Order: sequence, then C-alpha cells, then structure tokens
Amino acid sequence: MVMLQTGANVRWKRRKKIFRKEDAALYLMALPTVIFLLIFCYLPMGGLVMAFQDLNITKGIFSSPFVGLKNFEFLFSTTDAWVITRNTVCYNLVFIVVNLVISISLALMLSSLRSGRYAKTVQTVYMMPYFLSYAVVAIVVNAFLDRDDGLVNAILKLTGEVGKTNWYHQIEVWPPLLVFVNAWKGVGYQTVLYLAVISGISIDYYEAAVLDGASKFQQARYITIPHLRYIVGISLILSMSSIFRGDFGLFYNVPMNQGKIYPVTDVIDTYIYRALTYLNNVGMSTAAGLYQSVVGFVLVLIVNKIVNRIDPDSAMF
Amino acid sequence: MIMAKEAKHVNKLTLLSKGWNAVFVIILFIIVLLVLIPMVLIAVVSLSSEMSIANNGYSFFPSEWSLDGYRYLFKTGDQLADSYLVTIFYSVTGTVMSLTAMTMYAYVIAQKKFRFSRAFTWLLFFTMLFGGGLVPSYILNVRYLHINDTIWIFLLPSLVNAYYTIILRTFIRTTIPDTLFEAARIDGAGHFRIFVSIVLPLFKTGIATVGLFSLVSRWNDWFTGMLYIQNPKLIPLQTLLTKLQNTIDFLKQNAAIAGTPDGVALLRTLPDENMRMACTMMVVLPILFAYPFFQRYFVQGLTVGSIKG
Repeated sequence: MVMLQTGANVRWKRRKKIFRKEDAALYLMALPTVIFLLIFCYLPMGGLVMAFQDLNITKGIFSSPFVGLKNFEFLFSTTDAWVITRNTVCYNLVFIVVNLVISISLALMLSSLRSGRYAKTVQTVYMMPYFLSYAVVAIVVNAFLDRDDGLVNAILKLTGEVGKTNWYHQIEVWPPLLVFVNAWKGVGYQTVLYLAVISGISIDYYEAAVLDGASKFQQARYITIPHLRYIVGISLILSMSSIFRGDFGLFYNVPMNQGKIYPVTDVIDTYIYRALTYLNNVGMSTAAGLYQSVVGFVLVLIVNKIVNRIDPDSAMF
Repeated sequence: MIMAKEAKHVNKLTLLSKGWNAVFVIILFIIVLLVLIPMVLIAVVSLSSEMSIANNGYSFFPSEWSLDGYRYLFKTGDQLADSYLVTIFYSVTGTVMSLTAMTMYAYVIAQKKFRFSRAFTWLLFFTMLFGGGLVPSYILNVRYLHINDTIWIFLLPSLVNAYYTIILRTFIRTTIPDTLFEAARIDGAGHFRIFVSIVLPLFKTGIATVGLFSLVSRWNDWFTGMLYIQNPKLIPLQTLLTKLQNTIDFLKQNAAIAGTPDGVALLRTLPDENMRMACTMMVVLPILFAYPFFQRYFVQGLTVGSIKG
C-alpha cells in the first residue's frame, strides 16, 4: 500500500515536471514550426505509399488499388534507372572534385596576394554567379549556344565553318559543359569559404616559419594546406551524402530539356519531374522519388558513421 | 574587418615575390573575365538594336546600339510589372514569416534546460535527412490543400528551412552566453520577454544573414511558379524568364523545321531578342547591385554554417 502510494506520487511529480508552467511560452513559440513540419514534411512521407499504388488522381490516395512493386519493376525494367543513377552520381563526383581543386587554388592565390584590396574586389566578382538563378544561367548559356544567334556559331562562321550546329543536340559537348557551368556558378562561394578558413589560421605559425626562413610557397605547403586539409576532408565526406541528388535547375534549365541529350543530362530529379508532369505517371515518379530518398538516407547514415569515427565534432549527429 | 587586417599582417611578414605576385594577379584576372564576360554579353545584347541582332547574332560589338529592348519592355510590360509585384511581395512577406517562425523555433531548441529541446531538434533535423520528395508534396498541395495557383504556394511550403533554423540556433548558442539567460530568469523574465528584449537585439547579424539568404533564394525561385502557377497575375519573375525562353525556343525550332509563311509570321510576333535580354537584366540587376553591400553577412553565414552547434 505504502509502496503504491509513493509510486503514484513519483509519477505525479514527474508529470508535473514535464509540463512546467514557465515552459508554456516555449511550446507556443515552437508551435508554428511544429505544425509546418507535420503538414509539409511528415505528411508527404506518408504519401510515399503511392509508390506501391496504381494511383488514380480522381480517387485519391485512400481508395487507389495497391499494386505491390509494379511501379518499381516498371522503373527498373528500362535502362532509364541505370542512366539517371549513373548521371546523378558521376556528375556530382566530378563537380565535387573540380570545384574543390579550383576553389582551393584560387583561395591560396588570393590569400597570398600583395594587394589586399585587389583580393577583395576579385572575391566579390567571383561570388556574383552564385546569386544568379538557373533560369538566368540558362539564358546566358543560350546566348553562346543558340543555333541562329549564338556567339559560338557566329565565331565558327568567321573561321570559315559552314552550316549551323545545333549544340542542344550534340551529346558530346554536354558533360564538360555542365561541369563548367556548375563550376562557374559555384566556385566563388567555396573560394570565399576557404579564404575565411585561411584567414582564421593563427599568425604565430607564419611568424615562426618566417623566422626559420620559410618562403611564401613553403608556408603555403607546410602551414596553409595542412590547415585546410581537415575542413576539406570533412566537407568532402559530407558532400558524399548528397551525391544522389541532382541540381534540378542545372540539369533541366541549362540543357533546355532537350530530348536528344537526355542520355547525358537526365538525372533522378529531372526524371521524376518529367514522369510527373509529362507522362502523368504518379506511381512511377513516386517510386523513383522513394528510391532517391531511401538511398540518400542510407548514404547519410554511412557518411555520418565514417565522420563520427574520424572526427566526432564534425559529425551531423 | 578582421579578415582583411590579418591578411595584411601576414603579408607584412613576407611579401610574395613581385614576379609570382604578377603571375597570380594575371591568373585571377583571367578568371574575373571568365566570370564577367557572359554577363556582359547579356547586357550588350539587351542594348543592341533588333536589326544588328538579326544580321550578326549576339555579339559583343553590335553594329547599332539601342534602348529599344527596354523601351518595348516597359511599354508592353504589364506582365513584367505583375511579375515584379508578386515576386517582391512574396519574397519580402515570405522572408518575414519564415524568420518569425524560424527564430522562435531556434530559440526553443537552443535552450539547454528545456526538457524537449532535443526532441524538437530531431523533429526538425530528420526532415533534412529524409523526405517524401516532389510527388507527394505536389499531390498534397494541389489535391488536399488546394494552394496551387494561389499566393500561398509561395509562402507556406517554404516557411521553415531546417538548415537555416539550425544555423540560427548555432548563432544563438555562440553569441549569447547562458549566464545572460540565467540572469534574466532570476529577474523574473519569461521566455517570451527574454526572446524579444534580449535575444532579438543581440542577434541582429544572425537574422540579417539568414534573412538575406532566404530573400535571395525566394527571388531566384523559378520552380514553384513553373510547377504550380497558371494565373498570369501570379507568375514570378524567374518563371516568366524560363517561360519566355522555352516558348521562343519551341516556336523557333518548329517554325524553322516547317519553314512555312505562318511560322515566319509567328516568329515576328515574338518578343524581340533584345527585349528578352532586357528582361533578364531587370531580373538580375537588383541582386547584383545589392549584394556587395551585404557581402559580409553572406560570408558570415558561410562560416557559421560550417560550424556544428
């Protein structure tokens, strides 16, 4: 009897602790975001059941028949699934390496310039394309590649080339071009990030190096680069977790959604979009989305595990 | 700025040899050109006369300069005006709404003493790891919430950005010492009071940083408009650009293939090339002019974003 009472007492006390009156304001402040997350983030996760349905838009999610793995069979029976997976992963890997090499080199050069003002101006210019949307970038690219008015064809004409090339049908130019466009837009941002890291390196190291008679290049080699190695390693590993996501704007807008070059421009995200809007195949595009989400999620878990082992402080969770 | 000062100090220790400095300056300058030239091309075409484009295509040296592109744009630009209005409206309103929801939530999950701050953090963080993807969200917005083709589509689904909220929390944790909270609590201030009169004022840089990032991403969003909007009054600027480009491209190719008089006549009715580029300039210029003034916030956002809170 006595024991029961104390048990109830403890439970009562604990409940009192859970809803402390002074925390009421905190719940209220969290409320808008919690409602948002439940409706716009967690509810759509439930919508993933559509991947296993033969969805009829008029019937809705609740009364459409289940078809098991049929949507996935449909997706993986063609070569599409392989092509979009290959494109998404390979492009992302190349983007990561290319942008990294360029931005580190630029940051090293910028940080060692004699004139600080020149470095700052240059840095401002480099970051500009980061603020352009891919809607705009597509128009810029088109100004060069347009069949009739484009600058490239005009220059080719000057050099005596006859006939106009439609660059939006030439498969071989697109892989390098997309890598270039991605670098053009993204390198500035990364350069500025690495510059910030470099400027955070303690001056003591450099002072000691100067006393020992180290040249500017030796300083870069033995002080700056080792300091960067760390953040680079971590951000490299972290970016592995998103190699299953294609940049929709880059792969849809810049190639102008031209069918002839899909083999080298189609990524998972553009495929899902087209399956939804052009083919109206809700089931299959949801299936492709689920495939992307699940593999992406697994990648994040693996990457996080690796980071945790190397450096727990940089891990995401 | 500390950054510039330290860089100078480093340079004072040992200056790069003049030869190498010149080499670097030149390499960096070549890349400046690579970045700027494409943008200059758009600007030049927007200022070229239609005749010179028809004769020579896009060129850095048009045979004839003209302001016609901009003149036509403003004369026939009802659509542009509508798009400007709607884009400005939802960019500003959306950012204010977002900041309100996100800063409050960031304050909650920054509390170390609050029992559920970990649970709330996870509720938010999990959405960064896993999501339903495009299709379920599309069905939700269109079929169940019916917010497609309304202004709400620009405001609600993008209300909270998990990544920005985590950055805001990091800002709060790193800039405001715990002891300050404690002192306020002892003085009898409630959470809401602390949030409004202590956190917000101390936290202006963080809010400015995240606010600018979210303003730019809204201004640059063309996808929402393309997916959900039919009403011409609600088409955002960036979507307008994409649509303009796609229509012209489609008609051009088909007219060229057909080669019919009808096709040729149709091509004539299209907006002129210089007008399209003028439209592009009108979309880009506000940001390109504004951003150098706000650059330090962006840099700050970058560095804080890379710190784990």
